[in-house]
Amino acid sequence: MTVYHDSFPWLTIIGLIPLVGSFLLLVPGFADLAIKRIALLVSLVTLGWVAVMTADYNVHKAGFQFAQSTSWIGQFGIRYAVGTDGIGLVLILLVAVLVPVVILASWHDAEAARPTATSVRTFFSLLLAMETLMIGVFAATDVFLFYVFFEAMLIPMYFIIGAFGGPQRSYAAVKFLLYSLVGGLLMLAAMIGLYVQSVHQLGHGTFDIFALEKLHLSTGLQDWLFLGFFIAFAIKAPLWPFHTWLPDAGAESPIGGSVLLVGVLDKVGTFGFLRYCIPLFPSASKTFAPYVVALGIVGILYGALVAMAQRDLKRLVSYTSVAHFGFIAMGVFAFTSQGGTGAVLYMVNHGLSTGALFLVVGFLIARRGSRNIDDFGGAAKQAPILGGAFLLAGLSSLALPGLNSFVSEFLVLVGTFTRYRAAAVVATVGIILAALYVLIAYQRTMQGPLKAGLEKMKDLDVREIAVISPVLALVVVLGVYPKPLIDIIKPSVTATYDRANRHDPAPLDASACPLPGGYDGTGKTLPDFLTPAQYAAVKQGACS
Amino acid sequence: MTYTAASGLFAATWLLLLFPLVGAALLLLGGKALDRAGYQFATLMPIASFVLAVVLFFHLKSQPTSGRAVDDHLYSWIAVGGFHVSAGLLLDPLSMIFVLLITGVGSLIHIYSIGYMAHDPGRRRFFGYLNLFVAAMLLLVLADSYLGLYVGWEGVGLASYLLIAFWQYKPAAGTAAKKAFVMNRVGDVGLSLAIMLMFATLDKVDYAGVFGGVHHIGHADLTAIALLLLLGACGKSGQVPLQGWLPDAMEGPTPVSALIHAATMVTAGVYLIARSAPIFDLAPEARLVVTIVGAVTLLFGAAVGCAYDDIKKVLAYSTVSQIGYMFLAVGLGPAGYAIAIIHLVAHGFFKATMFLGAGSVMHAMDDQVDMRRFGGLRSVMPVTFATFLMGYLAIIGFPLWSGFWTKDKIIEASFDKGGTSGYILGICALLGAGVTAFYMTRLMILTFFGKRRWTEGVHPHESPVSMTAPMIVLAIGSAVGGFLLILNGGVQHWLTPVLGKSAEEGVHTVNGTVLTIITLLVVAGGMSGAYVAFGRPTVRIPWTPPQAGAVVTAARRNLYGDAFNEAVFMRPGQYLTRFLVFVDGRGVDGAVGGLAALVGGTSGRMRRAQNGFVRSYALSMSLGAVALVGALLLVRFG
Repeated sequence: MTVYHDSFPWLTIIGLIPLVGSFLLLVPGFADLAIKRIALLVSLVTLGWVAVMTADYNVHKAGFQFAQSTSWIGQFGIRYAVGTDGIGLVLILLVAVLVPVVILASWHDAEAARPTATSVRTFFSLLLAMETLMIGVFAATDVFLFYVFFEAMLIPMYFIIGAFGGPQRSYAAVKFLLYSLVGGLLMLAAMIGLYVQSVHQLGHGTFDIFALEKLHLSTGLQDWLFLGFFIAFAIKAPLWPFHTWLPDAGAESPIGGSVLLVGVLDKVGTFGFLRYCIPLFPSASKTFAPYVVALGIVGILYGALVAMAQRDLKRLVSYTSVAHFGFIAMGVFAFTSQGGTGAVLYMVNHGLSTGALFLVVGFLIARRGSRNIDDFGGAAKQAPILGGAFLLAGLSSLALPGLNSFVSEFLVLVGTFTRYRAAAVVATVGIILAALYVLIAYQRTMQGPLKAGLEKMKDLDVREIAVISPVLALVVVLGVYPKPLIDIIKPSVTATYDRANRHDPAPLDASACPLPGGYDGTGKTLPDFLTPAQYAAVKQGACS
Repeated sequence: MTYTAASGLFAATWLLLLFPLVGAALLLLGGKALDRAGYQFATLMPIASFVLAVVLFFHLKSQPTSGRAVDDHLYSWIAVGGFHVSAGLLLDPLSMIFVLLITGVGSLIHIYSIGYMAHDPGRRRFFGYLNLFVAAMLLLVLADSYLGLYVGWEGVGLASYLLIAFWQYKPAAGTAAKKAFVMNRVGDVGLSLAIMLMFATLDKVDYAGVFGGVHHIGHADLTAIALLLLLGACGKSGQVPLQGWLPDAMEGPTPVSALIHAATMVTAGVYLIARSAPIFDLAPEARLVVTIVGAVTLLFGAAVGCAYDDIKKVLAYSTVSQIGYMFLAVGLGPAGYAIAIIHLVAHGFFKATMFLGAGSVMHAMDDQVDMRRFGGLRSVMPVTFATFLMGYLAIIGFPLWSGFWTKDKIIEASFDKGGTSGYILGICALLGAGVTAFYMTRLMILTFFGKRRWTEGVHPHESPVSMTAPMIVLAIGSAVGGFLLILNGGVQHWLTPVLGKSAEEGVHTVNGTVLTIITLLVVAGGMSGAYVAFGRPTVRIPWTPPQAGAVVTAARRNLYGDAFNEAVFMRPGQYLTRFLVFVDGRGVDGAVGGLAALVGGTSGRMRRAQNGFVRSYALSMSLGAVALVGALLLVRFG
């Protein structure tokens, strides 16, 4: 794995901008409106920096770019090391895009949820602090540094839910915290295990991921350490059956918090699979891959079925995410370039489409003062723009071809199909269920006769249109032209799998091809992991 | 297999799509400012595409036969590892026919809608959706890869959803739209899986790559691909067992029923199979299944069509049945591809004529659809009657009208398949022709002849010229279209480069003239039956349907198709989701809740969750284990 150091501290600066903003907001004396404007400005400046950094990213280098490394806690070999490959980059991009959207969307939420003198500054300060931590977690290349960000993220999120959330907020916040802490402890234990191994094998302890992945770990040890990381990430993602904290947290959090929680924070889990589990524990990843794919399938069907029966709009959106995370996990552990690339693209697209859904649902709830789906009906007639936005966000969620999510979902499915055919077939049934949960929700809220209590419902105002339109524009653009993101993601995904020595299977019916051992060419036997040379040999046969 | 790269005039192929796409975007995003004039702009868009299509047609015709498949590559859409899909358009004889049909009939129906939707407050939205449909449908037929087709495929599904639910305050409209989308998605699972299987076996999903490589695919996989494509086709084209959504789709405004749910979108399944001819050519078992689906559906649709009193529903089941004929024909392979397409085009004309006529009648009768409330409209609405008559004569296959040329060809080709299966299919097709004549004659009599059974206060009148003009154009097409389409085998020759040699050369099982006479006798039988039952001066048509025996009752309930779906899928599905919701939060949540209580973060709800739910924890955990083991088996041994 090549690491390209950069003399210019891109990632550090980008991480610091929102942090400085966050502290600035705490300085007494700013009026509420000034605080909101500063927060928005800071997040936009961050977005600008990220955009420039992205333009500077070289897609032809699959390694880590903008890398920086300095000693932090010398006696334990802990370093402040950051850098990003394409996978981290697109997620940082997602953070930078969503935070200004969330700030603008939450414009009136803080004082509405908690009418105290300091609520506005606290809320927006927490949001900006979250942004720093989210960027940090995707940029860290030192496991300890990652762990610090991973755990620190919980704190602002805990307060956002616990102080600004719905009626059950303290229950939801505590549950969120406990689940995450349990996962974090397991990861901590596994991390210490790795550290001890590094002391034994290298003579000095390190948390540097590039050094750690060169360690030789026995199969048994790998399995245990893998599980430590995996469970932490599976809770965060969340994968079925570790998902039960999500509907509560997603439903009780204020809308801005829900968007960040489900849209970004949860991606740390699936991101962790790719960044940590696979390169650090390649053979354990192979061992456990079928189990993870199985969890993914169950999640896809289960999440969709449970979503369908929800009465609470925010819980409904949360459960759809359980299904989507099933797709992502399946794609990552299919170990094909399509599956992996699709999964990473899915992380970005899910951030946009679920973000948009939460935002639209938030608009609805703000108008009616209720999250209950039965309190709505026929709203599209009163508020056609809101109705259109709901439908477009929903269509993105059900992965309509032509919109962003289709590209990622189809890549995941096709990438899984070449490895686990039956699994992909069952997962494909999920697309029917997705159509059901989206259209049921749309019908109940937007179609039919107008529900009593909605007669005075207003359509979106200018601020709300400004909130939702950039997200929906991306939903369309990335569906029609996903190439820029794929170009960034794909080389890094392949490089990640190469580190674990995994390659795409050859086409099955390439019957006349010269065949590596064990593959009968009739399509009856699935070829296992071919080396690039074998793959090329198969491809050069009569398959062209 | 390669296509010629587009150059010169052909490089403008993408403009075909651009016009309606711009129209849709403008009208849907433009807001109220466009309420007044937007629809006129939107009407010009398909007309612009049609003009361009005509120009492209003559240009394509001037090329040598080998150069009539032109690929307009736009940009690289998705490229990951071996998975390469470009955004590209393929203009060849097959897609050309569809482009002309879509833009031609589409333009006429836009014009008709100017009159039909004149007083609707949602007119701008309506025209925006119509433009969106035309763009998606053009993409469906023009895409040069299966994935590109899939985008158009679900795009037309979206447009159909939006237009069925156009009057969204009607609860039935929302439900019908949802049903259409979801049943289509069932079919789309088949299409998705077919594409995945193509990629897994060939590393290709574009037409050139797939058709060039079909010989390398093992027979089992090839048959699987063909059957999965068929599933997709059944969903989109309302074929048994996925027929249930199409009659419900009549909740949408009538121009929509004419354009989308009769003339164009629902025939996309036939296009898909004809387009995939190189695959189906090598999969005879799959083709047999296609013919069976077609034969069953054509009889199913015709039988149910006899029992309904709703004029649009009768026409909808008639569409189901006519598309059954097309499926039967494409299932016959090279012998039938071209005649299926010919019948498709002819059907596009005569069914659009009749739907627009039905719309005109509804317009006159205050949006009533019950034929028991019609009667004697012939004299009040002469233009509507005359044009409808053309459509009627065409569909029943009256000598010299469209269906006489095109449907008879399908009956003939079915017999010519040879063997027992040929006879069975041929007899089904023949029987269908008789039933068609029966229910269409019934529709004509109940609507236009006999006594006036109008609801009080209804004053029917002829429709404005913006509505009748398109009806007249389409009626002329219904009258002479079939003859022109088969004249000198022109269309068959035109399609030969794409679909292979067609039927004419084959050996006939039954002498052509004899078969034509038999067919005409069967048709005459159906007509007389309807006359005896409904047309004689002594017959009185009551306002409410009379009691009937088991067979008619079954037909009135669409042979229990909806009841079956309800009992087998919807009810159990509802129980399952409710059960899962009950179980959710009792498994892991219970364990963690306990931990939370231990740590001290207690709340009332957690404590309650602790008490007395031990059994349900155990139950849900073991159910979870079962689900997981099942999924694992799939992954391991699938």
